[in-house]
Amino acid sequence: MNWHAHLPALLLAVPLLGAFATPVFNMGGKTLRNAWFIVISSSVFLIALALWHQVSVNGIQVYVMGAEQFALSLPSGMKLPVRIILEVDALSAFMALAGSITSLAGAWFSLSFMDRFTGLSRFVSLYLLLTVGMLGMMITGDLFNFFVFLEIASVASYGLVAFWRDRPQAIEASFKYMLLSQLAAMLVLVAIGFLYGRYNVLNMAAIGSLIHMGIVEKVALAFLISALALKCGAFPMYLWIPDAYGEAPASVSCLLVTVSQASLYGLFRVCFSIYGLAMSNKVVAWILIIFGLLSMFIAVSMAVIQHEVKRLMAYHAVSQTGYMLLGVGVGLLALGNSQALAEYGFTALKGGVFHIFNHAMYKGLLFLTAGTLYYMTGTRDLNKMGGLVRKSPWTAFMFVVAAAAIAGLPPMNGFASKLLIYQSSFAVHPLLTVVALVTSILTLASFVKVFQTAFLGPEQDRMADVKKVPATMLVGMGILTVAVLLLTFFPTWALSHLVEPAAKALVDQAGYIAAIMGGAF
Amino acid sequence: MTVGNMPFLVVGILFLMGVLAILREKNLIKIAIGISIIESAVNMLLITLGYRLSGDIPVYFLSGDVDVMVMPTPQALTLTAIVIALATSALMLSVIMLIYKHYGTLNVDELRRLRG
Repeated sequence: MNWHAHLPALLLAVPLLGAFATPVFNMGGKTLRNAWFIVISSSVFLIALALWHQVSVNGIQVYVMGAEQFALSLPSGMKLPVRIILEVDALSAFMALAGSITSLAGAWFSLSFMDRFTGLSRFVSLYLLLTVGMLGMMITGDLFNFFVFLEIASVASYGLVAFWRDRPQAIEASFKYMLLSQLAAMLVLVAIGFLYGRYNVLNMAAIGSLIHMGIVEKVALAFLISALALKCGAFPMYLWIPDAYGEAPASVSCLLVTVSQASLYGLFRVCFSIYGLAMSNKVVAWILIIFGLLSMFIAVSMAVIQHEVKRLMAYHAVSQTGYMLLGVGVGLLALGNSQALAEYGFTALKGGVFHIFNHAMYKGLLFLTAGTLYYMTGTRDLNKMGGLVRKSPWTAFMFVVAAAAIAGLPPMNGFASKLLIYQSSFAVHPLLTVVALVTSILTLASFVKVFQTAFLGPEQDRMADVKKVPATMLVGMGILTVAVLLLTFFPTWALSHLVEPAAKALVDQAGYIAAIMGGAF
Repeated sequence: MTVGNMPFLVVGILFLMGVLAILREKNLIKIAIGISIIESAVNMLLITLGYRLSGDIPVYFLSGDVDVMVMPTPQALTLTAIVIALATSALMLSVIMLIYKHYGTLNVDELRRLRG
């Protein structure tokens, strides 16, 4: 076994080491701690990149924790698939890549953004733990392990949302998030218990190979979908998102976007890889589509009236999640029908999956620019800002890039993924496309408002002594801007190398199962 | 002696009691207790699901002269879930402490600074 084989484990081990070694490095002073933070975040990014490359060359990577073989062989000849495995297919690697980029950008941004506050060694530890939880959810192949990583990410994010603990709002937001998220996690655990009681295995691929729909499976599916939809902030359960995203420090909001997309990834895994073709009726697909449409439209209409910049962006995060649910829901609708899949289903999946990556980049960038505005002016209220383009032209430029991308203006990357979703959802019903287009226009309207009030306008006296934007914050935003621009200029490359393998991995339930169960049984 | 579906019924009642506490109670401590009750209910569900008919405990020197043992996986899951529940309860209680410091009340209706 060469070291390449250990990449999936390293992807989790490196940030975990980073999190728990931070207090030690903190004793060496601020510079050493910051250097450690950046070294760990950069290595996580490089490992994710290497892992993605390896998956795209060699196919699905399976890593068995602590043993060579996935199944336990008893002396009597009986084989049990009990060991914990990490299974990295193209979709997992794709998600891990997006997650590690936002984590790196947030780390650079935190260096000077958080500099004024105390307790930073704990901040760095929690931030890296949040990264571990998120990456773990994306690459694990075991349902219970998924729950454990979900809880690691949740507990770290409760702490980070309440990090400014002298603000009553932050504490309140953290409590609200904790209550809902804990309930959701328990529903996930009940569903896992049901599936275990039925099939005696916890492995996703093993359950996927055994599953046939009955009452127990339906109840477990309902629990999983409602809990994971709550965690990713779909319509009826999105109320914690504006509070938690709005109150967390900006670099944490940037990472939280990808963390809730890890829950979305879990939802897709459950629907496609575990249940997949066994789910013969289309109810679940329509539920996803309706969740998607409602979150899209209602959240964007809430966003238009906001005047606090981070709450506004948090509502947009909910609305963009709607696009992904719509795209993947349409793809799920076509699953099992090869003609429909070829006509519109696969395009929809590509759109939904591409939108996940795009969203992670531009929404992270938007949260970072919102943090920059707060850093410069000391307020989050848009009505109190103005004329900031003169103070920081770079921030204004990056904001424009991100806002154009989220509004789906051609030729930005957001346009590419939205176009795929429009095209394919039109084949199902034109109304879906209409809602998506109207949402896109409202998104544009609300970001024009932000740009106009915050950046344009005459120079104001109270903005005369705003702080300069430090270089490390610009680096953090720059990483995401470069990512957005790369995706904008090379959409064809991104579609054929990044997105298509990931979308293929999503529909290829048999391949996902065979990678594990092929040799074991 | 057979217990039938009794354990599942108990688990269901406990779970609903926890949900009811979260929805109905106004005191934050009582809401935290509701979450804890739900966590215990889920742990009991896992333990109950671990038993298979005519199986024996998976401890070799205690089970005596049997050859059918149940898998010890649910016990391992429950241990992990208990540890996680402990961490979240501790965190939740400390957040409640901070809320009391800021607002001077534990009544959930008076926490109204986040609106819109």
